[in-house]
Amino acid sequence: MSALKVVRAGLFDTLQDLGRIGYMALGMPTAGAMDRIGLTLANALAGNPANTAGLEIGVMGPDLLIEAESARVALVGPLSPSLIEGDGASPKPIESDRSHLLKRGQVLRVGMVEGSSTAYLAVAGGFDIPPFMGSLSTYARAGIGGFEGRKLAAGDVLPLKRGSAPAGDERKLGGPFDYGNGPIRVIWGPQDDYFSEAGRQTFVSSEYKVSKEADRMGIRFEGPTIEHSKGADIISDGIGPGAVQVPGAGLPIVLLGDRQTVGGYSKIATVASVDLPRLGRLRPGRTVRFRAITVEEAESLRREQETRLQRAIAGFQPARPAGGIDLTRLYEENLIDGIVYEREAVR
Amino acid sequence: MSVRYLSCGDTAFSVEFGNEISPQINGQVMALHAAISQAKAEGGLSGLVETVPSMRALMVCYDPLSTTRRELEPQIDALIARGLATDAASRKVRIPCCYDDPDFAPDLAEVAERTRKTPEQVITAHLGSPFKVYVLGFMPGLAYIAGLEPSLYLPRRAQPRVRLPRSTVAIAMDMTTIYPFESPGGWHLIGRTPLWMFDKRREQPVFLAPGDSLTFERISRAEYDAIAQKVEAGTLDWSELIEP
Repeated sequence: MSALKVVRAGLFDTLQDLGRIGYMALGMPTAGAMDRIGLTLANALAGNPANTAGLEIGVMGPDLLIEAESARVALVGPLSPSLIEGDGASPKPIESDRSHLLKRGQVLRVGMVEGSSTAYLAVAGGFDIPPFMGSLSTYARAGIGGFEGRKLAAGDVLPLKRGSAPAGDERKLGGPFDYGNGPIRVIWGPQDDYFSEAGRQTFVSSEYKVSKEADRMGIRFEGPTIEHSKGADIISDGIGPGAVQVPGAGLPIVLLGDRQTVGGYSKIATVASVDLPRLGRLRPGRTVRFRAITVEEAESLRREQETRLQRAIAGFQPARPAGGIDLTRLYEENLIDGIVYEREAVR
Repeated sequence: MSVRYLSCGDTAFSVEFGNEISPQINGQVMALHAAISQAKAEGGLSGLVETVPSMRALMVCYDPLSTTRRELEPQIDALIARGLATDAASRKVRIPCCYDDPDFAPDLAEVAERTRKTPEQVITAHLGSPFKVYVLGFMPGLAYIAGLEPSLYLPRRAQPRVRLPRSTVAIAMDMTTIYPFESPGGWHLIGRTPLWMFDKRREQPVFLAPGDSLTFERISRAEYDAIAQKVEAGTLDWSELIEP
């Protein structure tokens, strides 16, 4: 069996695809990648369809041993230099935002995620793990999906669909994808009428800081309290992705992939889908502002972002610099092969 | 019928049928949920991803890359205007429940005292309640089941328990529930079913569905153990519990 073996676990690495769609009526959270753009780019670099499950890396990545003839992996996200270690060879740093061809016995030491971000690792062909309710996304609270329903631990062996990397050259992103900046865009509702005019103004005119309570379920913000006019409690209703619920204490909580499907707190607004990947990358201590736009504007911004994403994918470049020597590639293909062949010859 | 459309961002909106919990309003929610599901099965409502029923609203999730709120709303309006079949047949589900082991029903005596009943009368009232699943949520497979006999209405416990066992049957307000996982909970614990509301080994891991009619059936501890063994082993014939 071909596999990636976790020789050292990161902090909270889970398998995620674009989410478990179609089961919210049964109380099943969608889960899925916190940053769908990062996962989509990683998959595209690895030659996979966008909804293939990849490894979501929150803070610190794992060390992975290649137990396959070869494997093409793509790393996307600002990582401190990741390393490839071969048999006996000294560790070599490798770049993020591109694909790499790895050989049996090599260890990929994924770096730390730098700044405020989430990184993704995709493997060409994907993982050979049966989906649960149509998806490989891990929902750790119920122990389902992904690899045994949990974050990865040392010793885990993640089976791969392919025994060797498909033919083809390594590719890289043409440039960093523009996630946008400025205020996080939101659409009022579903329960903006549960707040006073002053409360709504507070929400869109203040700075909010990501508290330590930020995870795959949601982000609790610190900042000025938002005034209700009809109270914080509603008859429970559905919670969409990016819903901004405001419990009685008046501080907003933005709900993300692992959110519960229904809830009983009033929701002042909902983050536009175009900006959900930005939220999925926020770390404690970061500050944001919110700005209200219309549903039509949000839909059109999302379509425009999708066009840019497809353009970024169409604009992947060969990982070898024009006219130059790609040291990483040389290392991967020649140097290591040389060492391996030499060892085999000695045997 | 007048409904309110509430924005849930650019990937969902909520169709709200009223602002109270009632069988009529929930019936309309479930009927629209069913009508949309049928329209989708017939190839309609392109771009609509899924719907999420709750007590008095249906959340409609869509893909903004293939449709828009503006395109979908009139189609939902048309479905409602065509008339919603609120008398849609629901599954009738039997839930065996053991009330007689003090470990399973630590709050039975207190519930009896607070509702001025004997424990036996509390059990009889629970068994006689015309239960219906209003919504699933909070955790996968957790059902809010309305229809509790009004003389059993109690607020939630002031001090929620940090941990209570899987498959505990509990009551609070006008509802009963069955915990699908070991979890915290603030409801009053009056029994336990040997059934698992969520079992990832099953093809359909979640047992209950919104709209199900439920009846509890009293079983002894010995019967509980026998069924529990089958559930554990994965050999229980779940279809025997359901009348279509």
